[in-house]
Amino acid sequence: MKPIIPSEVQTYLDQHANKDVYIHLETTTGAYNAHQNENSMTVVAFIRNVKFRYSLAKITGFGPFRVGLKMEEGWTYAEGLTDFTIDEQNRLILAGHHPDGKLAIALQISTVPFPS
Amino acid sequence: MNEHVLVVLPHPDDESFGVAGLIALKRKAGVPVTYACGTLGEMGRNMGSPLFANRETLPLIRKRELQDACKAMDVTDLRMLGMRDKTLEFEDIDLFADRIESIIQEVKPTLIVTFYPDHGVHPDHDATGRAVIHALKRMPAEERPETYCLAITKNRENVLGAPDIILDIREVAETKMEALKAHRSQTEGLIRQMEENFKKGVPQVMNWFETETYWHYQW
Repeated sequence: MKPIIPSEVQTYLDQHANKDVYIHLETTTGAYNAHQNENSMTVVAFIRNVKFRYSLAKITGFGPFRVGLKMEEGWTYAEGLTDFTIDEQNRLILAGHHPDGKLAIALQISTVPFPS
Repeated sequence: MNEHVLVVLPHPDDESFGVAGLIALKRKAGVPVTYACGTLGEMGRNMGSPLFANRETLPLIRKRELQDACKAMDVTDLRMLGMRDKTLEFEDIDLFADRIESIIQEVKPTLIVTFYPDHGVHPDHDATGRAVIHALKRMPAEERPETYCLAITKNRENVLGAPDIILDIREVAETKMEALKAHRSQTEGLIRQMEENFKKGVPQVMNWFETETYWHYQW
């Protein structure tokens, strides 16, 4: 992973518009959040390998970044993205990390399903 | 009867945090230890500092770390159950218990270690403990192996009473430290902090390497 270079992410997003892709989207406070701080609620959501097609996609912001994907009948978006990689399987891995390296959010796109 | 320990926990590193001392003591005494680990910690949040993992590489890294930790503790038999982190409570508990039951039938443990259901804090911890207890409840009470449970909720002593097993692990403290260090992606930051606290003489830190406490499951 390296700090996001918006132009590289935008190029990938444009190349995959109007194609069937799979997404992984996740946000998490960590399962121990409320155990460590009773005033804070534990919140986690993830969805993996949803088959998906977007017509328009943009990365915006000045860091941390936001990515929005416009679909025929809806929207998907992620905020707080700091790091990215396009891996050897040509998957776009976007993540938002706390300063200590803990993951807070992930948005990933692949043309083939991610391992279950 | 020949002793055999079976540890059933959901995440690579649960064993090092919770049971490394017990495992190391049993191995020193020549008792075989089977460790059934439910997942590869795919949803872990620690990605290394500086970052060296991402969501897709993390399971591969944690698999290696798990194997290294088992080597450090001299676990004789590691089973990876191949479920997915954060999903265990949604699995079919009968099928989950079937898998544990088949391992119990095979290795015939004299002692099982898992999380105390409802006292694991993490949903996967509770789900794993529940599946183990579910499997054991299928056996006649007199045939069940001794069952030690880890309880980490804040109200555990109010609900369960004082722990009934307090294990002095000082003679294997170094092994526990090595096992924790093997889980580098998850423990590096913590160990750095621990070493600082250790230098400052903060007493809570040393407790980790002095005692492990367990509760017998209350049937």
